[in-house]
Amino acid sequence: MGTNSVAVDIVVPSRTEYLALVGSIAECLARSLEAYSGDREALAFDLNVVLTEAVMNAIQHGSPLSSPDMLRVRIDIEGEVLSIRVHDSGQGFVLDELAERDPAALEESGRGIFLIRALMDSVSYRKTPSGNVLELKKKLG
Amino acid sequence: MNVEVERGEQWTVLRVLEERVDAHNSGELKSVLLELLEKNVASLAVDLSQVRFIDSSGLGALLAGYKNANLRQARLLLVGVQPRVQSMFELTRLHHVFEMVNHLDEVSIQQ
Repeated sequence: MGTNSVAVDIVVPSRTEYLALVGSIAECLARSLEAYSGDREALAFDLNVVLTEAVMNAIQHGSPLSSPDMLRVRIDIEGEVLSIRVHDSGQGFVLDELAERDPAALEESGRGIFLIRALMDSVSYRKTPSGNVLELKKKLG
Repeated sequence: MNVEVERGEQWTVLRVLEERVDAHNSGELKSVLLELLEKNVASLAVDLSQVRFIDSSGLGALLAGYKNANLRQARLLLVGVQPRVQSMFELTRLHHVFEMVNHLDEVSIQQ
């Protein structure tokens, strides 16, 4: 991995039709990382999954009901560290409560945070006076 | 969601004609699966060969179909799962749950 430095800021309505857009931006970004020594197509797919799950989580748990709210997604690459922050302004959630479920159980939902944790190196969620932030980090290379 | 249903002698094939199955269209996939099973389809093959991306809600929709098929003693088979989509089944260990083949002619109805 060489010296990449990229910042992408995305603001979209918190609706499911925008999942594909956010996911494809992450894919394009991964493919553009010429200094990345790993499999860029695999990284592109993984980031698409991570962004799709993180944004859907914010739509489900973060946005106030019946409000055409917006979500902000910020992707930063500084050197070898990729950071994703998904901001929402809803009531939020408790990360560990969503992550407790066994993915192999035959439940139809509840695998989103599991997938994010499997594909990223660190996952945190914090509530701030100006909103909630799901922060994900991955070391590239 | 863009799908096509073909009723053969042995299998009813549901072709998912979308490159992406995510929370925006997975609800429709679940509805189509459950509707077909409701009509007493005994052997349902879900052709995923066009699908390049699936998220947790898409896996959940297929799992809803699997569970419903089991209740009805019907058979649900996934066909043509692409490698990256397969990796999502493996990550969530659901590849142990679903019966999967590359092509429908690899499997006999008697199994």
